[in-house]
Amino acid sequence: MTWDYAPAPESRAIVDIHSSYGLFIDGAFVDPTDGNAYKTENPATEEVLADVAAAGLHDVDLAVEAAGRAQKNVWGPMPGAERAKYLYRIARIIQERSRELAVLESLDNGKPIRESRDVDVPLAAAHFFYYAGWADKLGYAGFGPDPRPIGVAGQVIPWNFPLMMAAWKLAPALAAGNTCVLKPATTTPLSALLLAEIIQQADLPPGVVNVLTGAGSVAGAALVAHPGVDKVAFTGSTEIGKDLQRALAGTGKHLTLELGGKAANIVFEDAPVDQAVEGIVNGIFFNQGEVCCAGSRLLVQESVADLVVDKLKRRLATLRVGDPLDKNTDLGAINNAAQLEKIRSLADQGEAEGAVRWSPSCELPAHGYWFPPTVFTGVSQAHRIAQEEIFGPVLSVLTFRTPEEAVAKANNTVYGLSAGVWTEKGSRILWMAGQLRAGVVWANSFNRFDPASPFGGYGESGFGREGGRQGLAAYLDV
Amino acid sequence: MSEQRLAVRKTYKLYIGGAFPRSESGRSYVVVSSDGSFLANAAQGSRKDVRDAVVAARKAQLGWAGATAYNRGQVLYRVAEMLDGRRAQFVEEVAASEGVAHKQAMAIVDAAVDRWVWYAGWSDKVAQVVGSSNSVAGPFFNFSVPEPTGVVGILAPQASSLLGLVSVLAPVLVTGNAVVLLASEKRPLPAITLAEVLATSDVPGGAVNLLTGRVAELAPVLAAHRDVDALDLAGAPASMLVELEQAAVTNVKRVLRPDSVEPDWSAPPTPRRMLAFLETKTVWHPVGV
Repeated sequence: MTWDYAPAPESRAIVDIHSSYGLFIDGAFVDPTDGNAYKTENPATEEVLADVAAAGLHDVDLAVEAAGRAQKNVWGPMPGAERAKYLYRIARIIQERSRELAVLESLDNGKPIRESRDVDVPLAAAHFFYYAGWADKLGYAGFGPDPRPIGVAGQVIPWNFPLMMAAWKLAPALAAGNTCVLKPATTTPLSALLLAEIIQQADLPPGVVNVLTGAGSVAGAALVAHPGVDKVAFTGSTEIGKDLQRALAGTGKHLTLELGGKAANIVFEDAPVDQAVEGIVNGIFFNQGEVCCAGSRLLVQESVADLVVDKLKRRLATLRVGDPLDKNTDLGAINNAAQLEKIRSLADQGEAEGAVRWSPSCELPAHGYWFPPTVFTGVSQAHRIAQEEIFGPVLSVLTFRTPEEAVAKANNTVYGLSAGVWTEKGSRILWMAGQLRAGVVWANSFNRFDPASPFGGYGESGFGREGGRQGLAAYLDV
Repeated sequence: MSEQRLAVRKTYKLYIGGAFPRSESGRSYVVVSSDGSFLANAAQGSRKDVRDAVVAARKAQLGWAGATAYNRGQVLYRVAEMLDGRRAQFVEEVAASEGVAHKQAMAIVDAAVDRWVWYAGWSDKVAQVVGSSNSVAGPFFNFSVPEPTGVVGILAPQASSLLGLVSVLAPVLVTGNAVVLLASEKRPLPAITLAEVLATSDVPGGAVNLLTGRVAELAPVLAAHRDVDALDLAGAPASMLVELEQAAVTNVKRVLRPDSVEPDWSAPPTPRRMLAFLETKTVWHPVGV
């Protein structure tokens, strides 16, 4: 028996993609000074979506100066209650235009519409709504009676959750009274530019938020190094994060980093197996595994390893890989060619090092960047696929016998962003949570996010938190 | 016999893993008082001593962090008691090292004792102040707790040999971090005497390791060490800041930068130095029947 689904595509007519986009500086869309542009494409089809401005050094100057003026003259002196209302407005407009944002996000990023519609966009709105409420309550946040903003924030974000990352960066910064220059990822600029239009629609004063599209090595590097930038916030790879920390040495600039991960998802023999299998799938195949906190290492107790892996494979055979705009799609496209190449190369390494590779039979589209859901068994801790962040739909399965061994293996990594624990025993959940060196621990769940819940890493997964009261600290001079 | 009795001088050594070894390098350096007179030959720690101290700190850290907060608070309070009991010796060493009058040295020692008491009280309160339960939009009990960062390297202040030292050490230690501390280069003697206090105050061996020697030689090793999780640059010379912060990038260390001039350590402390060496862990625990 076959289970064919009729196509159920979301209409892309709802979003009006311009043929070209300028930079958003001082409240207006402007052409880049030296006129450079590049093309952003749909990774599911390799079709060009739009021409996007590539900011140069002079554009960075203009944006940082605009942000500095706005901070000093308008946004910094403004009563918190007024800042709050602007942020609530932004949250509301994101909700009103949510379908538009979701379709655009799936087109530019390649992620399934189910996820952009149900996760990325609602969380972006929720983040603005949450931090809006802090703007006039900062004196009660535990940082003294009158905590001050830092100044101008330079924020560089990745391509895996383009809109959500923009919200995670902008909302707390603005609530605290900073102004922002945001550098979206090169391959996913469109939702940040639509957010800039939303910010215009909300009548946010000019210069409070500026968006510079372009190359990380040009616009991103110039932004973080700019003397007018007082605070740098970065989400991305540990490699780039280290470059940035090095570049900022001795400058006195504030810095927070949200970097890579290699999370353990730990399944004990008493776990509800079917629920755990769903959690494993969500942990590593959500957003094609292009998630810094992805549960990329499955640690399963030896006594149930065969059962869990069998059930996992059966479940994976039902996953639908394909058109991101189809509402039935579970796995969309890999965001870009370079990332696909990295995933392929690490997966090949896994095979070369002796791990056993398995993927369900699934037909991949002829165009675009695709990688099937993949499981490696027989993985040892020394294998590269157990140590390095793959950032793709590739799961490494390891086993353990005792809770102590699970902890030792889970913590055997330079990263420390997240972990999952599956067991029916509450006391074991809390014991494990205490032992794991990770900033977020999900019990009998995985990849849950909420604006009230602090998120961020231990060790080489970076420092600083986003979300919650703790997330304000990154944008206050404390 | 009418001659004055010859003093029994103290040998100043390192403090690593709860023991008092000489530097493995066999080196020492002359420590003089503020007026230039000879005080002692202090051990001149080596790169290898730094590495040994990091190993000892790593070994001790989980046990120290795993002690109850009540217990850690009592241990810090015990340090205050022991320090107070040896006040005469500290007054003498502070006066000689810093060139301050006897009365001022007494005030400094008093303040150092009080500082241990202040931080002792934080052990079981810091989580209540900076932790939280978080109202997430779903059926989860979601909470955040502070945890110690791990092994912290500290460059102690150069001028304030006791109060400055205590003001950077106590906030890092009280929350469950283990410490490798490089004492003031020119005024190291109160630090070594403090190590003797720590050794008799139920601070587990290895939780605090104290080195004396050349900052220019040892600080870069500490800053670059991959098993050091964080760095307090309180006593780093301005000329080395860029180099040390860059070295800290090897494993994305958390770095607390120094003030542009050494602060007045007698000012009332704030929780800031504790918070710089804490991580926030957030746990999502499902709720259901």
